[in-house]
Amino acid sequence: MASQHGAPPVFNNKVVAWIDHRLPIFSYLEKEYHTFPTPKNFNYFWNFGAIATVMLVLMIVTGIVLAMNYTPNSELAFDSVERIMRDVPSGWLIRYMHMTGASFFFAAVYVHIFRGLYYGSYKAPRELLWMLGVVILLLMMATAFLGYVLPWGQMSFWGATVITNLFSAIPVVGDSIVTWLWGGFAVDNPTLNRFFALHYLLPFIIVAVVALHVVALHVHGSNNPLGIDPKGPQDTVPFHPYYTMKDGFGLSVFLIIYAGFVFFAPNSLGEPVNYVQANPLVTPNEIVPEWYLLPFYAILRSIPDKLGGVIAMFGSIALLFVLPWLDTSRVRSCTFRPIYKWFVFLLVIDVLVLGYCGAHPPEGGFVIASRLATIYYFFHFLVLLPILGKIERPLPLPPSIADAVLKKKAV
Amino acid sequence: MRRTIVSGVLALAALGLGTAAIAADDEPALKEQHWHFKGPFGTYDRAAAQRGFQVYKEVCSACHSLNLLSYRNLEELGLTENQVKGIAAEFQVPDIGDDGSAIERPARPSDRFKKPFPNELAAAAANGGKAPPDLSVIIKARSGGPDYVYSLLTGYVPYDKLTPEQIKEFRVSKDDNFNLYYPGHRIAMPPPLADGKVQYVDGTKNTLDQQVRDVVEFLTWASDPHLEARNRTGIRVILFMLAFAGLMYAVKRQVWADQH
Amino acid sequence: MVATGAMAAVGAIATAWPFINNLNPAADTLALSTIEVNVKPIAVGQAITVKWRGKPVFIRHRTEEEIKEAEAVKLSDLPDPATDDSRVTDTAKKVRREWLIVVGVCTHLGCVPLGTKPGDPRGEFGGWFCPCHGSQYDTSGRIRKGPAPRNLLVPDYLFTSDTLVKIG
Repeated sequence: MASQHGAPPVFNNKVVAWIDHRLPIFSYLEKEYHTFPTPKNFNYFWNFGAIATVMLVLMIVTGIVLAMNYTPNSELAFDSVERIMRDVPSGWLIRYMHMTGASFFFAAVYVHIFRGLYYGSYKAPRELLWMLGVVILLLMMATAFLGYVLPWGQMSFWGATVITNLFSAIPVVGDSIVTWLWGGFAVDNPTLNRFFALHYLLPFIIVAVVALHVVALHVHGSNNPLGIDPKGPQDTVPFHPYYTMKDGFGLSVFLIIYAGFVFFAPNSLGEPVNYVQANPLVTPNEIVPEWYLLPFYAILRSIPDKLGGVIAMFGSIALLFVLPWLDTSRVRSCTFRPIYKWFVFLLVIDVLVLGYCGAHPPEGGFVIASRLATIYYFFHFLVLLPILGKIERPLPLPPSIADAVLKKKAV
Repeated sequence: MRRTIVSGVLALAALGLGTAAIAADDEPALKEQHWHFKGPFGTYDRAAAQRGFQVYKEVCSACHSLNLLSYRNLEELGLTENQVKGIAAEFQVPDIGDDGSAIERPARPSDRFKKPFPNELAAAAANGGKAPPDLSVIIKARSGGPDYVYSLLTGYVPYDKLTPEQIKEFRVSKDDNFNLYYPGHRIAMPPPLADGKVQYVDGTKNTLDQQVRDVVEFLTWASDPHLEARNRTGIRVILFMLAFAGLMYAVKRQVWADQH
Repeated sequence: MVATGAMAAVGAIATAWPFINNLNPAADTLALSTIEVNVKPIAVGQAITVKWRGKPVFIRHRTEEEIKEAEAVKLSDLPDPATDDSRVTDTAKKVRREWLIVVGVCTHLGCVPLGTKPGDPRGEFGGWFCPCHGSQYDTSGRIRKGPAPRNLLVPDYLFTSDTLVKIG
């Protein structure tokens, strides 16, 4: 799709014009976020990229302010967090915003990923855009893991112990790597200190990758629910005010639900046992990560072999990188893929089942369920997608976006 | 539109499963109580919390520390500055003298609550090998929160009231303290409270149930002193955001009018 | 449309406020912002140092001689003129000449002057002597000689009884 190349914008304001002549930020903003032609048929799924960006900014701002009062020393960390909750003005609010924000950031990103899966946004020419997104997801998971260790509660400590111990599965060098990661012979103060440094660093790397992600997006523009390219201005609207206002509305609704959790159920998504200070001599009954990591945790535990579990867990994300090539269908959007769309819903259910299993101890029915769910997950991407793409008969595509929109009633 | 609803439901289901999936218990269901502080309009019953502080001070503080609170926090329960000074001054806390030697001096409001034992090891040694947990965030640190602590404190069953099955299944001996709600049922703490144990200054009837309810109110405040501000602000924020979302929707419809 | 913009602005400020307020002193810092000192054990002619808001504060129980010396000084002799009376008045406007309370931080570059402990040099004027660059203060804590520009700061204090003073 070709971007509109009009004459460079002229600014009436002299100061703005002076700056723009030397560093064209205003022209850039004008082109990429004002007049930028965007398909006119987005549904509300398309809000979630913007929502995720807002959540990223929110996490960074709350995080920096928290870091002004947090002490990354194993003797003092737990108390410093409680001091933030009790003595620091509005500390409780900012801490709960940061805690809940992590969950909502992941929720938004998962919906954003679902949109990509369902509407084929990962397909040519957006493969690199998709892969950058997977990198963002990995960085988010690392950041969240590091961050959860910082309050130095029981789950912080034991979660860190379990996950860092995974690396001992690597043959030959595994144990040395774990000692290197820990900075000692167990998770302790050196580990906490370096985790804090990395937790502070990674979000800024995420910002950089998000910037690349958005630049990549703007080269060819957004996908849309029909999966067909815009053919001209009749298929698009300028990003501002159409999508700035729609995103604003969607964001407000999202923030209402967010505020509901922050103010009225701030600890409902967490583990009570993390309010017990870390004790290396006492293991909690169940070691579970936060909900957004549960599906991967379930995959890890479903393989009886330690190294196998690690490979499966990382593999489940690694295969997302090659998704654009696994999917052989020539049609992007599931709107026109009558068989595959049901498998996408099945995948969602599969991931929910994995998450549910991940929250429970690996015994009895949970073992069977998580193994079956893991098998389906890999089957879906490695077997089903390539085969179905070739044999499925897609529905006929509409001639253009404008045509399809005119036929539909407004939402 | 339909798709939005479907995945909205799925997303909420995921969040809900996350919450529900965490609590899995074979123990008897907790005795759910009506608490003054529950719900979006909850507040602390200050009279109850003050009585609960008295229970903590006279009974629990012998073994359980309250490390994260300072005496000055008691002003939030309605005690005056002078009352708080007086309470603090009752306790001798360790400090360093001008010549560098270890001394004890009366506590000030700015001091943290006095610890019953100088450190974890001493606490464990004095209590059969396991240190009694600090109570500052106990309500947040236990699944079921206030209902759990209430059930626990009222959930002791004397040995002679146990059934033979219970004695066999849980391997209870005469010296053990059996509690219906403690995981594993054999709890190191003997029943701390009983009818008439703490004499209330305001004349409230000091049944076991009343004392437990009051100490739970106090401990919940200790775990979450900003609950009332949180609820108040939350209601204002949600109302504001609802109004704002309504306005944004109107703006969105207006902007999109020519496309519909 | 305008209403929405206005509401958004209000919302933005309301959201920004907790973050800005977050940097204000925390409750535990504020709890240490006033201290109460029992001055009964301080004998006449003795002085003690207490810590207040992270700084040393000198409390001297002045002798009659020291008080007379302070009152006799001509204001024109002072680099930073101030009457002795003005420096021993508490926030309730009550004057207690025998109690001098000053922040023990030299107004030159911040060293702690000597003169509180018995045996400390007090300089020519019987008050305090700063070893860093030689500033000398008198029995009212006023600068007399040396590079310091101002008198030792007198914090707000209030005698809640004859023997209990609240500083800050």
